[in-house]
Amino acid sequence: MEIKPIDHVVIKFAGDSGDGMQLTGGQFTNNTALLGADLQTFPDFPAEIRAPAGTLAGVSGFQLHFGSHKIFTPGDNCDVLVAMNAAALKVNIKNLNPGAIIIVNTDGFDSKNLRLAHYETNPLDDHSLDHFQVIRIDVTKMTREALKDLTLSTKEKDRCKNMFVLGFLYYMYNRQLDSTLRFLEQKFHKMPEVLEANRISLNTGYSFADTTEVFTSRYTVEPASLAPGVYRSIVGNEAVAMALVAASRRSGLPLFLGSYPITPASDILHYLSKYKNFGVRTFQAEDEIAAISASIGAAFGGSLAVTTTSGPGMALKAEAMGLAVMLEIPLLICNIQRAGPSTGLPTKTEQADLLQALYGRNGECPMPVIAASTPSDAFHATLEAARIAVEHMTPVILLSDGYIANGAEPWRFPQEKDLPEIHTAFAPEQQEDTVFHPYERNEKLVRPWAIPGTKGLEHRIGGLEKQAVTGNISYDPDNHEHMVKMREARVEIIADYIPEQAIALGPEKGQVLLLGWGSTYGAMQGATQQLLSEGYAVAHAHLRYIKPFPRNLGQLMQQFDHVMVPEINNGQLVKVLRDKYMVPAVAFNKIKGVPITSRELVNAVIDLLANKK
Amino acid sequence: MNDVLKAKDFQTDQEVRWCPGCGDYSILKQVHTVLPQIGLKREDIVVISGIGCSSRFPYYTNTFGMHSIHGRATAIASGLKATRPELSVWIVTGDGDGLSIGGNHLIHLLRRNFNVQILLFNNEIYGLTKGQYSPTSPLGKVAKSTPMGSIDHPFNPAALALGADATFVARSMDRDPAHLQQMLLRSHQHVGAAFLEIYQNCNIFNDGAFEVFTDKGSKLTAGMYVQDGQPLVFGENNEYGIRLDGFQPMAVQLGEEYSKDDLWIHDEKNIFKAQILTRIFDEQSMEGHLPRPFGVFYAAERATYEDMLNAQVEQAIASRGVGNLDLLLRGSETWEIEA
Ligand SMILES: Cc1ncc(C[n+]2csc(CCOP(=O)(O)OP(=O)(O)O)c2C)c(N)n1
Ligand code: SF4
Ligand SMILES: [Mg+2]
Repeated sequence: MEIKPIDHVVIKFAGDSGDGMQLTGGQFTNNTALLGADLQTFPDFPAEIRAPAGTLAGVSGFQLHFGSHKIFTPGDNCDVLVAMNAAALKVNIKNLNPGAIIIVNTDGFDSKNLRLAHYETNPLDDHSLDHFQVIRIDVTKMTREALKDLTLSTKEKDRCKNMFVLGFLYYMYNRQLDSTLRFLEQKFHKMPEVLEANRISLNTGYSFADTTEVFTSRYTVEPASLAPGVYRSIVGNEAVAMALVAASRRSGLPLFLGSYPITPASDILHYLSKYKNFGVRTFQAEDEIAAISASIGAAFGGSLAVTTTSGPGMALKAEAMGLAVMLEIPLLICNIQRAGPSTGLPTKTEQADLLQALYGRNGECPMPVIAASTPSDAFHATLEAARIAVEHMTPVILLSDGYIANGAEPWRFPQEKDLPEIHTAFAPEQQEDTVFHPYERNEKLVRPWAIPGTKGLEHRIGGLEKQAVTGNISYDPDNHEHMVKMREARVEIIADYIPEQAIALGPEKGQVLLLGWGSTYGAMQGATQQLLSEGYAVAHAHLRYIKPFPRNLGQLMQQFDHVMVPEINNGQLVKVLRDKYMVPAVAFNKIKGVPITSRELVNAVIDLLANKK
Repeated sequence: MNDVLKAKDFQTDQEVRWCPGCGDYSILKQVHTVLPQIGLKREDIVVISGIGCSSRFPYYTNTFGMHSIHGRATAIASGLKATRPELSVWIVTGDGDGLSIGGNHLIHLLRRNFNVQILLFNNEIYGLTKGQYSPTSPLGKVAKSTPMGSIDHPFNPAALALGADATFVARSMDRDPAHLQQMLLRSHQHVGAAFLEIYQNCNIFNDGAFEVFTDKGSKLTAGMYVQDGQPLVFGENNEYGIRLDGFQPMAVQLGEEYSKDDLWIHDEKNIFKAQILTRIFDEQSMEGHLPRPFGVFYAAERATYEDMLNAQVEQAIASRGVGNLDLLLRGSETWEIEA
């Protein structure tokens, strides 16, 4: 059979949340990464662990975009859809490219499934899919048939359907099965029959694709011309967890994590709890307030202290964050954002906690805010947030989101020796008769980190306003104003210790600056590249530092006729920019729990320029 | 060397701001008296409090200290103790701070059994916010926010602590310095979370709440001082005792019918008896009420959270070796793109 090279492709695996689509997508992703293609993924699952089978609400999806060139996003529309049932087709049909391949499990299109998916007629029969290439397979039947000699229950056998589909796709994309076979061996080595069933299904899917004449050609994607080096695949939450370990190593401080489980942040707790041999201590607290409070205690004692959560947890931590600001102790608060308000859409992505991070506390309560932009950037952003926390004795908020947390991309991972050092110094012992001043500051406006157990440094701190220098309680009006301004200045001075804002892509001067933060990075890169190729003078700059902003940001914006700020919220960064720089920045917002696409941005820029002419 | 620390070495230069006559003064004094006796250096002691009159305590004690936020001292102390197990950590909290806003953290600290001391200053009122009823105020309490009397059933802090599986539960009071000192020492000696409820008079908003237990005239009949291995006796001349009739404690007069041999012998290690003992919590106005017990009700050994946490870290290092960051960053599968 002919093997056709293709440039890039977007595949979506969709099925019931019990169909194992996340695992299938993850396996296909690893396999793709090992071939050297560039890629981005986007898992999209329902909030319910097992939503009612066959329903639209229960559809779980995993989208993978890979190609032989730089891939910026998980893809706007799909070229291939795997639909395990009618609901999966219904949910995804509107996001298919013309002529897309749809691989359907026909067993998922019986009358019950059709009814649950609100189909009046069977789309497989009513010609509504005629402009797609539909490949029909009764996956359920074939899997059961392949496993008929095993003693597993039918239910257990049906769980192997996803491996059949995976095998089928491996054939279609001309892949080896080894990486998944290795994975299965690891996962099921204690359950030999389950392992065998998965293996058989995978192989059967592969041979089925080979022996049936369902398609005329197979496809390959050449390796991408990524920078030379050794790569791995990385998801954002793992990147954050590893960066915390790295920060612990580079600072020489033991890592303490206080956390309370919440989607989509929990995986950071899971990862770190496995890293105990790095001296990591994880504490699953009784709630988010306890989690941050315990971290404050650990920071007071001289640990690199971290708390991880998502929006609702951030709301609970607010008062304690204020305490950390008053105490001026290092603390890293990671908010893996999800769609809000309240419980919102727990498994969907959003960037709507920026104003909360900047302003969501009582009193004047400034804290540095750092944002990660991609799964691999989450590593560097986290490390940087930890550096600022420790070197500037301040709580720092790190913003990531569900899209970064669960999305994967190839990562040319660094080596320990290439990572920046984090400078720490505890205040030294002193004579009992010299008075220790806990709020005396150095040139960075940083006070000493005086940890318990150090002779001569006994001191009391707390949330009450303190007198400059001595740290004693003070109700003096002038002192309060001084301290409020000092706390702001302490954060602002950090701008002297971070890089200036760079343009990520495009000219230094031009028509439109696309200025963003967080997980819109890929879409903005893709859109900018497209617009540049169409001859527009458009550039993309992406903020890692949101508080304080880099020193040159105002100037950088002035080099463009327009500044457009795309955000997955109702316009937050744009407000801050307008307030601080008085620029007529234009907002581009999408608040649907899904990422912004490159196409949407390209159109928005073209519209902006057309309207402003 | 830390040879001769004295009580005054634990005083600070900060002016003590409690109302004159407040029971907190006595507690501060007893703590300052006891701290030199426990043989630790000042820098190895940390006092962490929440918010309330009582929670001003750290400012007046010359050790490391943190006056934190309302209700969270227990959680803050947990993180400190988890990471710095060698420090002596003392938590100072109030009935509002520890049982209302911070109730959740308190019970979780107790079940986890961090090796800390919790001094709960119970004045049955919110002092700092000027006199609202608290979770320990008796039913019917007329306070600022309860002009018609409180309808909240009060907590019994010792029973609550035991219910949360505390490994050490004791009660004392501000007006009995010798007993309080003894209880503070016992709390410190206990390895694990030591919960010490201290009755504290708020002479401004709830004066006399514990008068029956402190007043010379009523003290010995309204209260009962329990001691490990000794029969439960009370009264001016220990002329009464408590007998267990099945699960039911009963007050009896010693003499013709009953002797000390018939009485309940206190056993600090017996969780079942401790449950009953802490449940002796009668309103003093009640007909035939039992005396309120003071002393150590329960003291048992159980592994501390920090020891188990650190054991896991050591075990992980022993079995897997000290973590190698480069291997971690590499992950399990890599591929190379050649130049
Ligand atoms: C989050 C928060 N809510 C409310 C308060 C107000 N507040 C301060 S102390 C207190 C009650 C203190 O009562 P208690 O713990 O019994 O201490 P006491 O003053 O009686 O010693 C309250 C409600 C606060 N400081 N913080
Ligand atoms: S209000 Fe009550 S508890 Fe507070 S300091 Fe005054 S007397 Fe003490
Ligand atoms: Mg009180």
